[in-house]
Order: sequence, then structure tokens, then C-alpha cells
Amino acid sequence: MDASLRPDPLELVCPAGTPAALRAAVDAGAHSVYCGFRDETNARNFPGLNFSATELEAGIAYAHERGTKVLVAINTFARPGAFKPWARAVDTAAGAGADALILADLAVLDYAAQRHPGARRHLSVQAAAGTPEAIRFYADTFGVKRVVLPRVLSVEEIARLNQEIEVETEVFVFGGLCVMAEGRCQLSSYATGQSPNRIGVCSPPAHVSYEEADGCLTARLGGFTIDRYEAGAPAGYPTLCKGSFRANEKEGHLFGDPLSLNAGTLLAGLQAAGVTALKIEGRQRGKAYTTQVVRAFRSAVEALAAGETTDAVRRLLGPLSEGGGDTTGAYQKTWR
Amino acid sequence: MAKIELALGPCFFNWSPERLEAFYDRIADEAPVDRVYLGEVVCGKRQPFTERLWPKVRERLERAGKTVVCSLLALPTTPRDRRLTREGAGLDDIVEVNDMGALTDRAGRAFVGGPFLNVYNEGALRVLHARGCTTWCPPVELPLSDVATIAQAVSGVEVELFAFGRLPLAVSARCYHARAYGRAKDDCRFICNTHGDGMDISTLDDQDFFAVNGIQTLSHAVHVAAVAPSALAAAGVRRLRLSPHTLDMVAVAHGFRAMLDGAVSPAELARSVDAMDLPGERCNGYLVGERGVAQIAL
Repeated sequence: MDASLRPDPLELVCPAGTPAALRAAVDAGAHSVYCGFRDETNARNFPGLNFSATELEAGIAYAHERGTKVLVAINTFARPGAFKPWARAVDTAAGAGADALILADLAVLDYAAQRHPGARRHLSVQAAAGTPEAIRFYADTFGVKRVVLPRVLSVEEIARLNQEIEVETEVFVFGGLCVMAEGRCQLSSYATGQSPNRIGVCSPPAHVSYEEADGCLTARLGGFTIDRYEAGAPAGYPTLCKGSFRANEKEGHLFGDPLSLNAGTLLAGLQAAGVTALKIEGRQRGKAYTTQVVRAFRSAVEALAAGETTDAVRRLLGPLSEGGGDTTGAYQKTWR
Repeated sequence: MAKIELALGPCFFNWSPERLEAFYDRIADEAPVDRVYLGEVVCGKRQPFTERLWPKVRERLERAGKTVVCSLLALPTTPRDRRLTREGAGLDDIVEVNDMGALTDRAGRAFVGGPFLNVYNEGALRVLHARGCTTWCPPVELPLSDVATIAQAVSGVEVELFAFGRLPLAVSARCYHARAYGRAKDDCRFICNTHGDGMDISTLDDQDFFAVNGIQTLSHAVHVAAVAPSALAAAGVRRLRLSPHTLDMVAVAHGFRAMLDGAVSPAELARSVDAMDLPGERCNGYLVGERGVAQIAL
């Protein structure tokens, strides 16, 4: 292919749950990393994760020296009458030279647009803007430059969407998968009192228990049985929407199978659909995972940009799919 | 203290046009509700069955003195969903917006911010107010104390509290009704019409948990905001919203009216609701910041 006709290479946006993971992602070839502060302002508010203001500054310095961008997720919804942590997070991230802020709450978007008009704003998946109308609302009102698309759209729909909007789109390609529209789900607070929107956690570990009896391991959340495994079989984390339940006297994964997303086989299609950036989920994952996944996707993205066949791209990502357990999710319409 | 009003929320379930017509006839004649929300909120595929019904029902309710508000879809996805949402948003009459996308076409005209919008604080409500929001129904998980803080900070928006019904907890691109019956969403054959209050979901230990209604997931338990009118007024609540179910909604409305008028206590309302044909246990934990499924003595 004539190099001048080739599309821009896809930007690879990689998780950095900790400073160590940030360095690992940068070293493994991330074009951008995303991270959050160690508090309720980001939707991965888990113990042992995230950044202090000082760590963010150091992380940005490390990334920028190596040509990698840092996007800061401030993507929960602010507590009423207590806007300070969110305002401080926006001020700190903008002041530290973050390349973009990933925001979901109207109040936080408004604050960032007013106080830091020069700081690039991305719309978090937690805002669940999946139609041209919703995206235009955020773009026109808050000057959002990029939208992280909710995982509800097929590749064909993303292609049509991109023709109707002016802003960039970023899509998830690997890792955990919400089966509900992100940011539009309160299952977790119904069972535990804590939700992604209000506290930044889903199916929080403090409410998880495992019990072994009669050769079975039962995983519970908030006292509700979420799944059951034969003793010795690998047991999953009891995320609400991935559990086994009963309806009409039938048992099964009524909402979603306990699979993670792997859209590795669809990269060429996503590029053709006009997507700007690919996002890898997993700020809760360790350094080794981050390195492996980022390396594989970076090679794949490079191969795509060089005009190599999709088969070659698939081969590069093959090792990540070993053992199965993954899905292309809503990108293929049959998922619905 | 101004009288706290009652509203009947949009019907989430796939009821037949005949059932809907009979339901709203009775509401018009017998229910002490001031406001009624009409329209399909959950699934755009259901809309062709009911769209001809709404003008007639609307007229009937308005003749009975009710304010009627057209509710828009919570998760428009298909081109048809989007077209219907744009048309709805373009109406001059007040509508209920349940997806931010509708605001683009609303152009400053008055609207109700529905419970499907992520409005969790005063700053967010101010943004909506500036664009025409005159009534706000908070997300169901927001505690009453938070509602109070927001109501106090933003004047000019009436607060309408979700007060009765299975809690609308989530929406998805995926249709769980179709999935449970092994059908594709595009070939669902409207199986959701078999469960007038949603399809019960229990745990593997047969503990009641959720209810599924097409792309929507609700609580199995029925949220009942049996709260003293003085406490509601103190939290800035101007109206309670009752969500339609197959039980006698006229009786539910009378029960709430009696509580708001001081004729019965909140505890008496809770007891009378327990005696009705509820689709699940009673719950109210969200009101006090506890888990939504909890039943707490307020």
C-alpha cells in the first residue's frame, strides 16, 4: 500500500494501576497510559492501586521522556456537597501536565471545561455515550475531544457512528467486560451498598466470601450466591453480572458468561471503522500481565500500520487467547 | 408546607395495548395521582405496538385533570430508537429525558431529568437546569440525604422521588429475556410480554435477587419509600413517583396519598403495602445509603 494512503496507526491506550505498571506499560510500547488517583474519584478505587499526586508527576515525567502520553481517569460521579476531591483531582492532573482527563460526571466536565479549558477532555465510558446525539451533547457542551465508547456497539455501528461525529473514538479491545451499559448499572449497590458510579467499585472485595461445603465452593457477594464450583475447579471472582442464576427453572449465566473481551481479531475492522484508539482494560492487573498484553497489542498495531495481513496480526495476539475464555463481545452483533 | 404530589412513572413492562388502555382508564378515573408518564422507556422494538395508543390515553388522562409527560428511551441504540428519541425531544410539551443524547434536540425546552440519567450532585443538576430541566427524578441509589443536599443547592428544579416499585438498576445492549429463552435479540418474538412485572431471577440457592425486563435489570424486591411527609418535604421532595406493576396501582396510589395527607403513618403504609400482591419483598435501603435490597425501619 502507498504509505501516504495508510491510516494513522491506532493509538494503544494501556492500563497503569500502579506506578510500576505505568513503567511496565511504557516500556512495553504503550502509546498512552491511563491511571487514576488513590481515592473515590476514579472508577477503579481498589486497595493497593492508583497514584498519589507525587506519583502521578513522576509517572508523567517517566512517560513523557519516552514519548508516551498519560491520561488521567477522574470518572466517578462527585458526592453531593463534597466536590473538593474531584476539583482537586482535576486541578492536580491538569497541573501535572496530564495529556488528557477522562471524565464522566457533568459537574466534573463542567469544572474542567471552565477552569482548565486548555486541558484535553475525553469522555469516560462511564458516561455511556453511544449515539451521535449523546456524543454531540458532550462535545458541544464541554468541548470533549474523544469518547470512550460503551461496549454495546457492533463494529458496523461504530463505523456509522464515526461518520456522524467530529470527535475521536476509543474502544476497548481487551480485558474485563461489562455486560451492562457502563455507568448505567446499580446492581453492585443493590447487593452491597457500593457502586461504580458513587464509590468507584463494582462487586467490592470486602463483600466477597467463599464457602466450601459438600465438595462445592460457593462464591458469594453481599451474602448472595453468585456462582458455585466443584471443589478443586478454578473459581472465579463473584462479579455480579457474570454469575450463575436461575430463571424459569433454568440455570446459567443469565447476564453474561464469565469471559473477558478480546477484540484482537477485529483490529483491522476497527481501524477501518475510523476508531482512533484502542483501550486495554486492567488497572487491577499486575506488571507481568501489563507487559505481555501491551507488547502483543503494540506488535499487532504496528503490523496493521505496516499493512500486514490480519492473519499475521492474529498470530501476534494468539498467545493471549490460549485456554479460551474470551469473547469479541458486542462488536459482533450476535452477542446481544 | 405545599402538598406533596404523586406521579405514576412510565410502565417499564411489555404490556399489551389492551392492558395498557384499561390500566390508564382506571388511573384516570380512580387514582389520586397528579402526573402520569407515558411512553416506552426500555425497548424501542416495543414501540410500534403502543404508539397509536398514547394520544388516546393522553387525552383521557388530561380530561381527568392529570398532567401527562412523555417519557423517552433510556438507551437508544438503533437508528429507529434514535429517530424516535429525536422526535420526542423535539416536542414542545414537556418530556422526560432518560439519555443525555436527547438534550441535543431539546434546545432549552422544559424537561424532566429521569432516573436513568447520571445526575449525582448539585453541579450536574445545575448543568441540566440551565438546559431546561424543571423536574428531577434522582438515580434510585442516591440516598435521601444526598437528594436533600442537591435540592437545597439548586433552586428551580422540583425533586420527584422514586417511591414505589421494582428498582430500575441497569440497562444493557443485550436482551436478557431473549437470552434466557435462547433467542437472538433481533428474533426475540417479544418474549418479554410473558412477565408483566419482569422475569424473576434467583440465586442458585433460590434466593430472590433480580428481575429481568428485556434489556433492563430490576430489583426483585419492591422499593417502598414509606417516609413521613415532613421528612420528604425537608429533603426537598415535591412529588413521589410510583412505578406501574400488575398489582392494584389505584390502591397503591391511595395508600401513598393517605400517608402524604397524614391519614396513615409511614409504618401503616408499609403494612398495607405488604398485604398487597407485591411481586417481591419490600425494600428501602437506598433511602438511607444502605444496600438497596435492605429493608430498614426508618
